[in-house]
Amino acid sequence: MTTQSTTSPELSAPRTDELAKVFITERPPRPSAWSASATFGWRALLKIKHVPEQLFDVTLFPIMMTLMFTYLFGGALAGSPTDYLQFFLPGILVVSIVMITMYTGLSVNTDIEKGVFDRFRTLPIWRPAPMVGYLLGDGFRYAIASTVIIVMGLILGFRPAGGVTGVLAGVAVLLAFCFALSWVWTMFGLLLRSDKSVMGVSMMVVMPLSFLSSAYVDPATMPNWLEALVAVNPITFAVDSVRGLMSGEWPGTDLLWLSILSVALVAIFGTATMRLYNRK
Amino acid sequence: MTEAAIEVRGLVKRFGENVAVDGIDLTVPAGTVYGVLGPNGAGKTTTVKMLATLLKPDGGEARVFGRDVVREADDVRGLVSMTGQYASVDEDLTGTENLVLLARLLGYSKKAAAARSELFLETLGLTAAADRQVKNYSGGMRRRLDIAASLLSVPKLLFLDEPTTGLDPRSRNQVWEIVRAIVDQGTTVLLTTQYLDEADQLASRIAVIDEGRVIAEGTKGELKASIGGGSVHVRLRDSSRREEAATLLAETLGADVQRDADPVALTARLRETRTAGDDAVTELAAHQTGVALGELARAGIIVDSFSMGQPSLDEVFLALTNRPAVSEEVA
Repeated sequence: MTTQSTTSPELSAPRTDELAKVFITERPPRPSAWSASATFGWRALLKIKHVPEQLFDVTLFPIMMTLMFTYLFGGALAGSPTDYLQFFLPGILVVSIVMITMYTGLSVNTDIEKGVFDRFRTLPIWRPAPMVGYLLGDGFRYAIASTVIIVMGLILGFRPAGGVTGVLAGVAVLLAFCFALSWVWTMFGLLLRSDKSVMGVSMMVVMPLSFLSSAYVDPATMPNWLEALVAVNPITFAVDSVRGLMSGEWPGTDLLWLSILSVALVAIFGTATMRLYNRK
Repeated sequence: MTEAAIEVRGLVKRFGENVAVDGIDLTVPAGTVYGVLGPNGAGKTTTVKMLATLLKPDGGEARVFGRDVVREADDVRGLVSMTGQYASVDEDLTGTENLVLLARLLGYSKKAAAARSELFLETLGLTAAADRQVKNYSGGMRRRLDIAASLLSVPKLLFLDEPTTGLDPRSRNQVWEIVRAIVDQGTTVLLTTQYLDEADQLASRIAVIDEGRVIAEGTKGELKASIGGGSVHVRLRDSSRREEAATLLAETLGADVQRDADPVALTARLRETRTAGDDAVTELAAHQTGVALGELARAGIIVDSFSMGQPSLDEVFLALTNRPAVSEEVA
């Protein structure tokens, strides 16, 4: 290899005689489940630091979506883009963040291919920690994306009746739901062979779910059969909850269903993920 | 009684129709380098992955320091480290970040993790590259970082899965040096390799694996002795004296003498088959060769060059499988 020359400083010879000094067999106690997960979350943040391009997905993409739909549909659906925005912004917020959750599956899949996963799997740590770490790192990305969209909305004329509290509550609920939803993607990330198939399957799930929801238009305007379908779509529960909170209402029923759904997602897909992780 | 580092009985792993590991038995004494030698696809990596708790066996039993790799997987994970065929470090992160991450996962505080990773980077000669992303490392540096990552926990057992595959000779020697130092510290090393001289250089016992089975096992000396006691090779000044020299060598060495294609060359295969340690075999061969050379000189036959050696593991492999092992082409 041409990159190696005897003069390059990084190729100083290993000091094997010094090994005895670093070979201290005494070990600290195992990290707690939280500490191990947080360390993996730190890893995800380091990756963002080293590969900042990946933040395009959480900044430019949401801006594009918000602008595009507000001005494309606004006039036709609500008379003016500003009027539409009052209804639409919580919807596009949920849809954008849900779309970003797909990247969790991609990161899992890429790590497996690179071999670094094998090292994590031979560590004596709480088993779900690497997975929870991904989700913690992604939580940061969701927070950035949410901020971008809301700031964008405020600039365009979004005036939520729920005020700061309502908006923050809405974002918090959304992040909790996305944390639960991400387990679906970690499962696919472990199950499927390539990042392309992970992306393909995720899109197949997310695209119809996000369009056939209450995000873009009021379901009351849909044909009955579609309205019934939209009413049981998880994304609808999320959109209605966030929309309710941001407009200063208490969307009790939607929140209840959303909570049940989130717990179910973690129970089913979290378990499936860990089974695959242990068996892989 | 010293506990074995690894005890494997009838280990089996299938991938669909394909039986990757087909009933392997191994006993690895603690504190040694144990070589698992075999061509690509022989089942080496699969075996190591099962021992490192990365794969569940389909049959048989494996214990690491007495702990079952399936039922007591978590205990096993606390004792072992693995350096895979493909560097198991994060390419996007820097050398320091990789080690700090792992040290934190082992339970070290932030401060202790930073100190520890600095020490390891220094010991392995990577300080100058500490703050560079691993994707910009050369193959040798990457492998060293990988080994550093494995050593952070000071494992009792270290799996090195083809640690020098794809490295240049210089990096390869450095990795060997590190492996020797690790064993000096009391860590047991299970080394898989397809390079015969690597096993020869490092391992004290060797298992030869082919098609998912152990086809031979023993010390290097035993393996070599099983196919003969070595050979003596001479080149004469004058081709016309070759027959005379061949007779003399056959008499003094008590060996078969082969007339090589080169008209001045002769090769005598020593028929020393008793199982002795490496050194004993070598000494005996050296003595006999000295006598033989003396005889040639007395008869006035001029020897331009001579060499002697044990049979190589290459020859062992050929003898065991009836096919040559992987060629060793190191750039």
